[in-house]
Amino acid sequence: MALKIVKGSIDRMFDKNLQDLVRGIRNHKEDEAKYISTCIDEIKQELKQDNIAVKANAVCKLTYLQMLGYDVSWAAFNIVEVMSSSKFTYKRIGYLAASQCFHESTDVIMLTTNQIRKDLSSPNQYDTGVALTGLSCFVTPDLARDLANDIMTLMSHTKPYIRKKAVLIMYKVFLKYPESLRPAFPRLKEKLEDPDPGVQSAAVNVICELARRNPKNYLSLAPLFFKLMTSSTNNWVLIKIIKLFGALTPLEPRLGKKLIEPLTNLIHSTSAMSLLYECVNTVIAVLISLSSGMPNHSASIQVSLRSIQHYLGLLAMSKILKTHPKSVQSHKDLILQCLDDKDESIRLRALDLLYGMVSKKNLMEIVKKLMLHVDKAEGTTYRDELLTKIIDICSQSNYQYITNFEWYISILVELTRLEGTRHGHLIASQMLDVAIRVKAIRAFAVAQMATLLDNAHLLTGNTQRNGICEVLYAAAWICGEFSEHLEDPLSTLEAMLRPKVATLPGHIQAVYVQNAAKLFATVLRGQEGAPADRTVAQETSQLLIDRLPLFVQSANLEVQERASCILQLVKYIQKLQQKDVEVAEEVTALFAGELNPVAPKAQKKVPVPEGLDLDAWINEPPSESESEDEGRKPKGKAVFAKEESKHTKPRYTEVDEKELAKRREVRKAEQANNPFYIKASPSSQKVYQDGVGVEHIPVVQIDLSVPLKVPGMPMSDQYVKLEEERRQKDKADKKKKDKKKRREKGEKGRRRKGDSGPESEEDITPAHMVDITTEEMPENALPSDDDEKDPNDPHKKSSKHKKKKQKKEKEEKEKKKKKKHHHHHHHSDGAGDESVQNGNVEEEEPLPVSNQSSSIYSMCDIQGNLQDGSQVVVSVIFENKCDSFIKAMEFNVLDSLNSKLQRPEGAGPHDGLTVPFQLPPGISNEARFVFSVQSIVMPQKLKGTLTFIVKTDDSSTHEKLDFKLHFTCTSYLITTPCYSDAYAKLLESGDLKGSSLKLEGVSQPFHHLLARICFHHHFSVVERIGSCASMYSRSIQGHHVCLLVKTADQTVSIDAKCDEPGLLGNVLDEIKLTFSQC
Amino acid sequence: MMRFLLLFSRQGKLRLQKWFTPIPEREKKKIVRDMTTMVLARKPRSCNFLHWKDLKIVYKRYASLYFCCGLDAEENELIALEMLHRYVELLDKYFGNVCELDIIFNFEKAYFILDEFLLGGEIQETSKQVVSRAIEASDMLQEAEIDNSDYDLELGWP
Repeated sequence: MALKIVKGSIDRMFDKNLQDLVRGIRNHKEDEAKYISTCIDEIKQELKQDNIAVKANAVCKLTYLQMLGYDVSWAAFNIVEVMSSSKFTYKRIGYLAASQCFHESTDVIMLTTNQIRKDLSSPNQYDTGVALTGLSCFVTPDLARDLANDIMTLMSHTKPYIRKKAVLIMYKVFLKYPESLRPAFPRLKEKLEDPDPGVQSAAVNVICELARRNPKNYLSLAPLFFKLMTSSTNNWVLIKIIKLFGALTPLEPRLGKKLIEPLTNLIHSTSAMSLLYECVNTVIAVLISLSSGMPNHSASIQVSLRSIQHYLGLLAMSKILKTHPKSVQSHKDLILQCLDDKDESIRLRALDLLYGMVSKKNLMEIVKKLMLHVDKAEGTTYRDELLTKIIDICSQSNYQYITNFEWYISILVELTRLEGTRHGHLIASQMLDVAIRVKAIRAFAVAQMATLLDNAHLLTGNTQRNGICEVLYAAAWICGEFSEHLEDPLSTLEAMLRPKVATLPGHIQAVYVQNAAKLFATVLRGQEGAPADRTVAQETSQLLIDRLPLFVQSANLEVQERASCILQLVKYIQKLQQKDVEVAEEVTALFAGELNPVAPKAQKKVPVPEGLDLDAWINEPPSESESEDEGRKPKGKAVFAKEESKHTKPRYTEVDEKELAKRREVRKAEQANNPFYIKASPSSQKVYQDGVGVEHIPVVQIDLSVPLKVPGMPMSDQYVKLEEERRQKDKADKKKKDKKKRREKGEKGRRRKGDSGPESEEDITPAHMVDITTEEMPENALPSDDDEKDPNDPHKKSSKHKKKKQKKEKEEKEKKKKKKHHHHHHHSDGAGDESVQNGNVEEEEPLPVSNQSSSIYSMCDIQGNLQDGSQVVVSVIFENKCDSFIKAMEFNVLDSLNSKLQRPEGAGPHDGLTVPFQLPPGISNEARFVFSVQSIVMPQKLKGTLTFIVKTDDSSTHEKLDFKLHFTCTSYLITTPCYSDAYAKLLESGDLKGSSLKLEGVSQPFHHLLARICFHHHFSVVERIGSCASMYSRSIQGHHVCLLVKTADQTVSIDAKCDEPGLLGNVLDEIKLTFSQC
Repeated sequence: MMRFLLLFSRQGKLRLQKWFTPIPEREKKKIVRDMTTMVLARKPRSCNFLHWKDLKIVYKRYASLYFCCGLDAEENELIALEMLHRYVELLDKYFGNVCELDIIFNFEKAYFILDEFLLGGEIQETSKQVVSRAIEASDMLQEAEIDNSDYDLELGWP
């Protein structure tokens, strides 16, 4: 009511008041800045007038504009004018503007001192009130000094309204002018017992703030506060007091003991969460200050923690964890529940806590839970966070809590299933570290890595920039280095030399090539034991000779270099093999040497060579003047400098060879990861090619069977069970022993019975020992006493590895080329089912060309184009399987009404497209063709021909090949992730039409089934609950396709919904076909 | 101690700002920007507390307005949440079912109420009655003055 009257009277008086301004700004959304600049011009005019009411109105508008981010500092003097108005209405506006706009460097503040003093002593308490409020915002050291006395007097004002404001502002004054504290403090202390609760709480506020800055000086007030705490019922005040005690207890432990009881009483009686939380925080501080644990009370904390909002509860728990880890550990389940919380910050806090909570006993359980969360986590950042935490938790303090490394390796292997994670290198380094340091695990690790390599296509998948392929680096290295543990080195070798490897990043390919050589050595050694089977060894050599050229062509210098080196070596070995020379021993010798972990302190233990001083200057640093004109340098000094360098330089390099090698490693890794690092230039690459000028393009092989979980790979879960059993057994054994002992020792044993109650940490014996004790030390290491591990040593977990390898001198390379009599069977093997599985067909019989069995073989992958709803890209891989050179390939398709091959402008509708490369014998390459498609509802079959010229040494023939292209409906689908809530909305919308499908006799596990649908039909899993999963995909023209897949007793039912029934029917038919084929 | 209190809309428009410690303009703008982007990005039903630099950020959404304050690290987040709520209650009592527009058009009133409730970043008055009484009294004073000035104007005295 009052407001309306005020508004009405202002409206009458001015042309544009604050409300008009606000309304105007809202009406000029398009040209707000322009409108406001005209308003500011108006305001400037208004400020020039003498009428204080007009001025106040202008200042009020400026305060609003200031909030919008406009600079109003130019009006500071006008604000002071309005502040000094005698009318409360304007004074109020003036002080408000000042408190919003003034800061310490505003110079007009100096002019306000007297005005403020006048207002403070005004008979009107509201004048004093606004002055105090304003002052609290812009008080400067000068103002504080000049006004401290006036404010101190106000602390004893008759009106509590003024007293409480004065008390509160004193704190600001103390901050700006600390000298005022001593004279004002007695009066402030008095106010703790002021009859008015508002003044009392203000005094508590100020003293608590002061005490928190410097608790020692306020210990004497503890009894007074203790009295207040037990008597006060005002929660706001209680919180302040309890917080103050939290700051005081570390200084006075006796206080803590006294506090525990009233605090626990409060904890149990209060219903206010904020007070409860404050009590708990202070109890924690008390417990920390009392070194002896108080189990009874920590129990009461735990009860209360459950009820507090999760986030704060977790924060408090992390405080308790530092001192009383046991009491937090019992809340493991609660914390694990927090991982399900919607709020990411809560989940992250919970993860932090888990890190500190693990023990040998619960590690497996916790990690198992975390793995479940990894599977269902949304958003890559959180998933990556989970991944790093799992690894952190497991690897902390030198794998202290891991009792079974087989379990850990399987966890790492399971983690590789994560798509799109950035932490591939982290997993890789863990794999390497464990495999190197835990000798007992190597056989198992190697077997796992071999399966990983064999299924590498699952890791690289469709997205090439997937960070997870880093694990292949580790896998290849482990398989190569510890190849003696491999069951079937030959098949692993084959897996490492697949053409698809060429799509991996360079540094991984390099490791592949190098370790392929190691595997080769192992295969040779294995074969020569049984001389009857010499052909296998020879075939292995042939395999390398066939496959390595792919790497020789690599754009990566490292890969190229290693591959060409090894290729020549293998060629030489092959020659020796044909002469029946035993070479295995020599080849193995190339890679001889045991790899041992290096002790973290090894570097330190290297004795410093006599006379080495790394801090000394090698060359005297040139002084400023010298660098300017070196010519005038005194001669003697120059000679001296030169001598210095001669003496020290060589020694320096000798000593630091290790360091240099390390740096080189680091630099290499950096270069490999640095997209800006210029790798081998294209021009230099051509030199290595056979002069044919064939561009090398990575070959994408289409994978056939795609199990997401690699068969035969043990799942980490089973270890949890195994571990339980093992522990049970251990315990049983121990009991037996104990019994024996007890029988022997009689009386003594019985007394000890009490100790062997619950399983204690120390009882759990690890299944594998981390091989930290046998770390390698430098040969001339100095014996010293400080061998104990420093817990803060940053190198503790470092896995520096040293390898002694004997490099055999390279023998002369044979350059004579061998005749190839090898056919690429492996590609044609799966041509049949491939066509169906990928929904992208290459129906083509290799036709015999000329009288040799030469032919061209090709396969293709059809994929929709995301950018354009009517385009489909067909990638075709051509492989030359004959011994002759193939050139002038022309690709042509008979267009249908619906699908057309996109030809360059100006080409006729029946012209073929020239394939932009030629194929030397045995080489394959990929070409892409774009088709425009009108309707994507129906599958399409297109007929086409490929014409090419086969060129032999003496003649060339023109050949032709017919083929059919099959565009399935699946190939129009694009894997699109979908969140469950969006998915639910989509289904609710009712725009989709349903259809369903039943598959009988499907015996494969459910995740397998889902993986197949994902892979072959470009779906993504939205949500999976038990044996039921929802899946989603989108067509290139934006149709939504939703599937609900359920399984029971070998029967799979798929309920599908889509806005285009025709498309859906065809997709379902294709899914049916996929499963009928397996 | 509370360092600042910000009110902003769902679109990130600032509706009220109160700085309890002197901060340079540029710094203020940066904080406002950080707060709006950070708080608006939070999903509904997330936790009300955040950590930002060395401050604790407590925020709560009331209808279309976000109330957001920055606290010293040792402050109690829950009490800050209650302070925000108390402020909303006070606004509600004054404007009668307060909405965003009330605060936009009467932003100075919103400041006056805040100034009676908090001072220098500390709670000044915990009782709702006392705060509203003080506001009412000031408004009455203002009203009386305006009436007088109207009378002055009619008489031709500036």
